[in-house]
Amino acid sequence: MPDIQNYTLNFGPQHPAAHGVLRMVLELDGEVVMRADPHIGLLHRATEKLAETKTWVQSVPYMDRLDYMSMMCNEHAYCMAIERLLAIEVPIRAQYIRVMFDEVTRILNHLLWIGAHGLDVGAMTMVLYAFREREDLVDCYEAVSGARMHAAYYRPGGVYRDLPDSMPQYRESKWKSATEVKKINEVRSGSLLDFLGDFVSRFPKILDEYETLLTDNRIWKQRLVDVGIVSPERAMQLGFTGPMLRGSGIAWDLRKKQSYEVYDRLDFDIPVGVTGDCYDRYLVRVEEMRQSNRIIKQCIDWLRVNPGPVITDNYKVASPPRANMKSNMEELIHHFKLCTEGIHVPEGQVYSAVEHPKGEFGIYAISDGANKPYRLKIRSPGYVHLSAMNELTRGHMIADVVTMVGTIDIVFGEIDR
Amino acid sequence: MMVDVMQQLLPGFLIPYFNGLMQLGQDTFGSAWANILTLVWTVIKVMLIIAPLLLIVAYVTFWERKIIGWMQVRIGPNRVGPWGLIQPIADGLKLMLKEVVIPSGADRSVFLLAPVFAFAPALAAWAVIPFNATLVLANVNASLLYVMAMTSIGVYGIMLAGWASNSKYAFLGGMRSAAQLISYEVAMGLALVVVLMVSNSLNLGEIVKGQGQGRFAEMGLGFLSWNWLSLLPMFVVYLVSCVAETNRAPFDMAEGESEIVGFHVDYSGMAFAVFSLAEYSAMILCSTLTSLLFLGGWLSPVGFLPDSIFWLFAKISAIIFFFFWIRATFPRYRYDQIMRLGWKVFIPVCLIWVVVVGFWMMSPWNIWK
Repeated sequence: MPDIQNYTLNFGPQHPAAHGVLRMVLELDGEVVMRADPHIGLLHRATEKLAETKTWVQSVPYMDRLDYMSMMCNEHAYCMAIERLLAIEVPIRAQYIRVMFDEVTRILNHLLWIGAHGLDVGAMTMVLYAFREREDLVDCYEAVSGARMHAAYYRPGGVYRDLPDSMPQYRESKWKSATEVKKINEVRSGSLLDFLGDFVSRFPKILDEYETLLTDNRIWKQRLVDVGIVSPERAMQLGFTGPMLRGSGIAWDLRKKQSYEVYDRLDFDIPVGVTGDCYDRYLVRVEEMRQSNRIIKQCIDWLRVNPGPVITDNYKVASPPRANMKSNMEELIHHFKLCTEGIHVPEGQVYSAVEHPKGEFGIYAISDGANKPYRLKIRSPGYVHLSAMNELTRGHMIADVVTMVGTIDIVFGEIDR
Repeated sequence: MMVDVMQQLLPGFLIPYFNGLMQLGQDTFGSAWANILTLVWTVIKVMLIIAPLLLIVAYVTFWERKIIGWMQVRIGPNRVGPWGLIQPIADGLKLMLKEVVIPSGADRSVFLLAPVFAFAPALAAWAVIPFNATLVLANVNASLLYVMAMTSIGVYGIMLAGWASNSKYAFLGGMRSAAQLISYEVAMGLALVVVLMVSNSLNLGEIVKGQGQGRFAEMGLGFLSWNWLSLLPMFVVYLVSCVAETNRAPFDMAEGESEIVGFHVDYSGMAFAVFSLAEYSAMILCSTLTSLLFLGGWLSPVGFLPDSIFWLFAKISAIIFFFFWIRATFPRYRYDQIMRLGWKVFIPVCLIWVVVVGFWMMSPWNIWK
């Protein structure tokens, strides 16, 4: 009698639930997964190496393209690393703006996650609801940076420019009548802060709607509860961070534990799970969206009443104001030096990490004093989480593999870098 | 039969020609002519059912996209023709013009036969479906059994497709659906046992007529005398089993587009289209059966409105809408959970209810006399 062999299934990279280019070789016993072997590298773009050949500021847009679902958070870690090497202070208003947009980004990321996770588990309506809300937030991105995804808004020393006083408006067209345009432009009549304020006041209700669709749904619970349990000890051993770690019950959040920018002045809670299964991670992320909403609200209130500079006045780091540049030799030279050589970062090394929507996103940079990094290492949370795939899926069924891909919140841009 | 109908329907000036044709046939074929006429007449009746059915199937897909679109704050198809109404025709045309790719490792004949196996039974079952008290292609006494037999064959199409594709994903899909259909067939069959116990017949027409009798029907509240109320647990089991039988969400793990992509992952063009035609005609068939068995078929819900085929269509539409609705709302079950629901919940409930109804019928409170 021939040996009975396990069934080997190549899952991805062309698979609707592979979230990009995930390729896994699954060893199956019937429908039960015996071993999952994730293969990476299909989206490798050598970001770290490329950064060595670009000036410090030129690499900011590369950061957007790492985790292309939480763009500004990636920039944040990178800019923070440079600022630490330079030992410069970021203006307080810029810090608030950064925190606000970090949280906007967190909501953006989690909205995409809840949609994709829902779609993987079969609740296909979620993704469309989530994208309806994302639309408003990418509008905010567009208003500050001109781009809806890859913003390149944070700069070493602050942010590119202050928040705009007006929002982009819809225009009348063949598809949108005047009355319709007037209606959707109503919330866009004020400043960015007004628009975001309106969103923030609506958002908790929308989250309640999502939760009525999923949280107590029997099928949703059957699919998520007790699936992919990670014990707190094991989660730490595996190097989990972010919602993956908090889902296992460990209240580790860099915003609280290693507070950066102005997080220590803001009031928010860290949700933690109990059992460490997919359902807990789902609840943690939904609650995180509510907390982000709270933070944004506080930032809006502060930003409304506290005008000020949004980028450092150290002209060795950031360009001087254009008006001065036109009339002043000193400023002109600064501008010329910045545009031709870029920033010179003093010799040294630094690790700076932010609480990214997916976990701890860190930048380790070594500078040899030149205008380019000597070495840049990116610590991406998704890479670490993906390495636990085998452990998470072993003994579960194929359908659960898809749930697990969803619960890890895989975005290949940051895994392959 | 055919001669009478034709003489009524044809315009006056054609009748002499028609009679001449009949005479010619009689002269040529002699006594066999009557049999030939019956055959031709049956084929015409079959066409009269299948042609509208296929059209309805096309527009059910359209309405599914439209309704789910509205539920998902989208517009749905609206480009082809006014309000997108030509969309299904355009889809059909596109699928017909596409190449049917046959994978090199596939078993060619079985690969091409599988869609037929899926589609043919879903159409054949319509033969015994009554549309009103008189309108039925074949008024068979065991029509319920016939329908059960026919719908069970449908699973072969899916299994063979999964097998013949020679693809691991398709194979998993085929295996899943075989297991699923067998489990839910049992629950469905037991639910039907209860129905035929109370209506004392296997004839679908008789079953519908039986629902129009009773105290509530006399009071003019016909909808309360239908089987759905007196056999409520069976109605629920049957309806859910229907969703599972037709591989619709949330039981669509044979297709499971985000897990294994489906048993028809290697099919393209018309071969693929036939599978989706089969799925939708099976869905309409299941809705029709539910309306006939539990919702009083063509019977009017209230006394002051006449019974008509319109009621049947309204009930079928409502059930199809229910199918769409749950598809837009629910996540998908996992394979083992579907099995558990079928074997550990539905079948015990059915078995218990068979006994309960048995005692009920023997007791003095029997309401089905």
